[in-house]
Amino acid sequence: MRYLPKSPAERKRILAEIGAASIDDLFAVIPAGNRLGRDLAVPRAHAESEVIDYFRAAGKKNATGYASFLGAEAYRHYRPVIIDSLVQRGEFLTSYTPYQAEITQGTLQAIFEFQTMIAELTGMDVANASMYDGSTGAAEAVRMAMRVTGREKAVVAATVHPEYREVMATYARHQELPSTLVGYDPETGRIDLAALEAAITQETAAVLVQSPNFFGVIEDIPAVAALAHAKGALLIVSIAEAVSLGIVRPPVEADIVSLEAQSFGVALSYGGPYCGVIAAKEQFLRQMPGRLVGQTVDGNGNRGFVLTLSTREQHIRREKATSNICTNQALVALMATIFLSVYGKEGIRELAEHNLAKADYAAKTLSAQPGAKLHFSGAPRFNEFVLQTREAPAAWSQRLMDKMIVGGIGLARWYPELGNATLWCATEMVTRAQIDTAAKALAAAPVEAP
Amino acid sequence: MAYPANYRYTREHEWIALTGSIGTIGITDYAQNSLGDIVYVDVPKVGDAVTAGATFGSVESVKAVSDLFSPVTGTVTAVNEELKSAPDKINADPHGAWIIKVELADPTQLNALLDAAAYEAFISEETGS
Amino acid sequence: MTTNATGPRTLGKVRPHQTQNEALLFEKSSPGKRAYMLPPLDVPAVDAASLLGVAKRDQGAELPELSEIEIIRHFTRLSTWNYAIDLGMYPLGSCTMKYNPRVNELVARVEGLAEAHPYRPDSLAQGILEVIDLLQHCLLEITGMDAITLQPAAGAHGEFTGILLVRAWHESQGNPRRKIIIPDSAHGTNPATAAICGYTVENLKSNAEGGIDLEALAAQVDSETAALMLTNPSTIGVFESQIARIAEILHAKGALLYMDGANMNALVGKARPGDFGVDVMHLNLHKTFSTPHGGGGPGSGPVVCKAFLKPFLPIPVLVQDKDGAKHWNYDRPQSVGRVRAFYGNVGMFIRALAYILANGPDGLRQTTEDAVLNANYIRKKLEDVFELPYKTASMHEVVFSDKLQAAKGVKTGDIAKRLIDYGFHPYTVSFPMIVHGALMIEPTESESLEELDLFIEAMRAIAKEVDETPELVKTAPHSTRVSRLDEVQAARKPILRWAPAVRPNAR
Repeated sequence: MRYLPKSPAERKRILAEIGAASIDDLFAVIPAGNRLGRDLAVPRAHAESEVIDYFRAAGKKNATGYASFLGAEAYRHYRPVIIDSLVQRGEFLTSYTPYQAEITQGTLQAIFEFQTMIAELTGMDVANASMYDGSTGAAEAVRMAMRVTGREKAVVAATVHPEYREVMATYARHQELPSTLVGYDPETGRIDLAALEAAITQETAAVLVQSPNFFGVIEDIPAVAALAHAKGALLIVSIAEAVSLGIVRPPVEADIVSLEAQSFGVALSYGGPYCGVIAAKEQFLRQMPGRLVGQTVDGNGNRGFVLTLSTREQHIRREKATSNICTNQALVALMATIFLSVYGKEGIRELAEHNLAKADYAAKTLSAQPGAKLHFSGAPRFNEFVLQTREAPAAWSQRLMDKMIVGGIGLARWYPELGNATLWCATEMVTRAQIDTAAKALAAAPVEAP
Repeated sequence: MAYPANYRYTREHEWIALTGSIGTIGITDYAQNSLGDIVYVDVPKVGDAVTAGATFGSVESVKAVSDLFSPVTGTVTAVNEELKSAPDKINADPHGAWIIKVELADPTQLNALLDAAAYEAFISEETGS
Repeated sequence: MTTNATGPRTLGKVRPHQTQNEALLFEKSSPGKRAYMLPPLDVPAVDAASLLGVAKRDQGAELPELSEIEIIRHFTRLSTWNYAIDLGMYPLGSCTMKYNPRVNELVARVEGLAEAHPYRPDSLAQGILEVIDLLQHCLLEITGMDAITLQPAAGAHGEFTGILLVRAWHESQGNPRRKIIIPDSAHGTNPATAAICGYTVENLKSNAEGGIDLEALAAQVDSETAALMLTNPSTIGVFESQIARIAEILHAKGALLYMDGANMNALVGKARPGDFGVDVMHLNLHKTFSTPHGGGGPGSGPVVCKAFLKPFLPIPVLVQDKDGAKHWNYDRPQSVGRVRAFYGNVGMFIRALAYILANGPDGLRQTTEDAVLNANYIRKKLEDVFELPYKTASMHEVVFSDKLQAAKGVKTGDIAKRLIDYGFHPYTVSFPMIVHGALMIEPTESESLEELDLFIEAMRAIAKEVDETPELVKTAPHSTRVSRLDEVQAARKPILRWAPAVRPNAR
């Protein structure tokens, strides 16, 4: 097998040195009744060309060449070529967690740069070296707030991504972490502030909102923060579309920000791996889960970087750890770091402005079609919007697919009160021609039977 | 380092010095030596209750965390704020750098603790020396 | 730079070489430099201020402004400061640092797969769904289990999911129970996981052979025990030959057997946990199945289980229609819920499946055999210079202790740092906790005889140095870009980001 660097002669030699008659001697410790004794029923060995053919065929079956208006916490943005050139360097790709700092300064410095950029973008003091993704990050942020405040309840906006809320429910299930759901204003799509105020009590550890929220609407963060802080609760802002931070003001009133950094150069890859991050105000540092890289000096006074504050983590605290998390998402965080270096201070703003422009044009064009109208038009949005159509989505989505377009996703499965509403996303990757074609297809409803 | 004769000690390596009904609490030289360079001390707040034998906080070095066990039952009256920015004071002067002060419900609790000689005997047993 | 007659230079593994210095990105930044160019807008430009109002950002984030070549040089230079599998062996115990096949990177980037949005209609996702289905089938076959979820993002996440399944099953039986038993040799994620699932942890002391003490276990298991979390082979690399009996003891009291699959590299193709009594376990695709560590992640931690736990699996579950089309099923009333958004680290599924396809049944079995062969070779060649605390047969990893060296004041951590000067990454230091001063070594199957001999040579040379020049070892490493870093300062006065000296305007 071509990944195994041993010749038959070498295996024989080693066995002789060990004093074993055959390799079976080394497995004798497994009782006979527990040994497999047959070949595994998995596909036969494939040549490298066959492996590639298999996945290329799978890719074709997945259909390429479709324009997509899908968003909802996974965004299609352009990935600069140098991202893959750099992350595929063996010294990044095949390197281990940087526990031995002297021989992993490359990874450690890159993570330190990542932490800096996330803190800058989110307006927080510190950021960690990443969590699994935005959904688990949000759940971990709520648990963090509970540790900080010593309180047990959470108040969660219904406009937080439904799958994020499902994950929180799973985490909360065995920890007695009751949470209250607060609805949204039907005009603006923003969290209902009156309902929020009523829901927050002296037992609330955290208020969790998402901004831009699941409907693409930007929340009134200062107002939400005031309500949370008035009763001693922390504000957690979850951000799913990280590119929004290029043009939308960062949630500086928040205590904790849980960010999904997938938009920063991480491929969609049917849902993962992605790149969650938790950022927070300095005073909450010691309750932050996940790895942290800190700056220090070596014996000669040279600047260097190390994993630090490890006593929060599982390998020391064990059952008292702040989390059981072990890995971070180093390689995807590196992709994000490179992405943000390429765009830089001006580029991330320009990129965000392009997204605003595309989404604005798409919203206007699509909602101008007969039977369609824009939902939640009373509040600022980033690159997503909700479209209400007279026709059910199942009816027009096939028309769009016939034109090689995947339209917005139906919201009824999570928000049945919204009927035929669909969530659309237009990033810089969507073209005017695609928007116009989608609009035409949407408008081409069959004439209704009398 | 000698262990002050007027202090009392626990088997978890805390010391307590009594003035009236206020007990001043810290960790012993043996403890700071085992921990290594201390980087952080997690302490309760003034007004919190502490219970004899129960944990009231923790002391962290780079690679380890150790719980702090209260020698007595009472209420926290003071917390050493200096340790926030200079936790290494405990390493430098373990029997002087106090962590918390406690108002004792019952000052006779100290009788149950080890005196300096008993504590020194205890640690020689522990280290096998 | 240290030279000595028997030191690293003469042994042929490493020689010193200059690496470029490189500052932080922000320190090289200059306003007006750029590495990006967006295509012209084909829709009307918008005025952000009028669209966003007060929600508009008024102060840009201080991200660096650099040209493309500076970014390429920056990260290339940084990469040269890292050790990596592509450079040489990692003897890290229980990490399984095996070769990360390069074809895996190519197939993970195949257009139809890499660009697939998780919410694309199932009719446009049949390709990736078939990939997922085939991987699931292979992992079930390898583990001898009945049902699977690929959703957990990493090993620890998989443990969490597995214990959720345990709990859900017990609840369905009327009593969630209160305790989980964990051997004192376990990885730190095990007790951390049990705690966040609402269980109290009961430690189980290992016996004199470093394995499970059956009598102690039998005495400890009661009607409030939910499960035993076991790593097999154990963290000292030894197979629990009494595993079937352990399962019996647990099942007799209605408790379950959870296996931490971190050490599957010793079992693939030779034995299947499902066949020896395990009820539920997690796998680490980034260990056994070759997906890259990438400097610390991403990983992937699938969970496999017996049929009776299937109803509780996270949603959604992949199902197949009568006509062969696949789709996600969300209608599972007993499910524990989701453990993350979407379906899991699909990019890692592709890589793991590519690894399995490249190997086939013979390759997988041969891989396991070579892994065990290599570990035993190292054990044989070092057992006269390092103490072997447990004499039971090693599988894919071997654990020594620093007892002989500690007598000279040299500890496992020092030896590990000196190993760096010989051109290797250290082994796992001070773990498992049941061995004082542990040296935990797992070579994996990816090491050639040449690399193994260089490692053995290095370890023997260090053992000699401990006798003759212990200070050299205690103050190692001597050959790295940075010497030992001040971790105390890093923890006392954390500096976790770069900050601009002057900020243009307050936000």
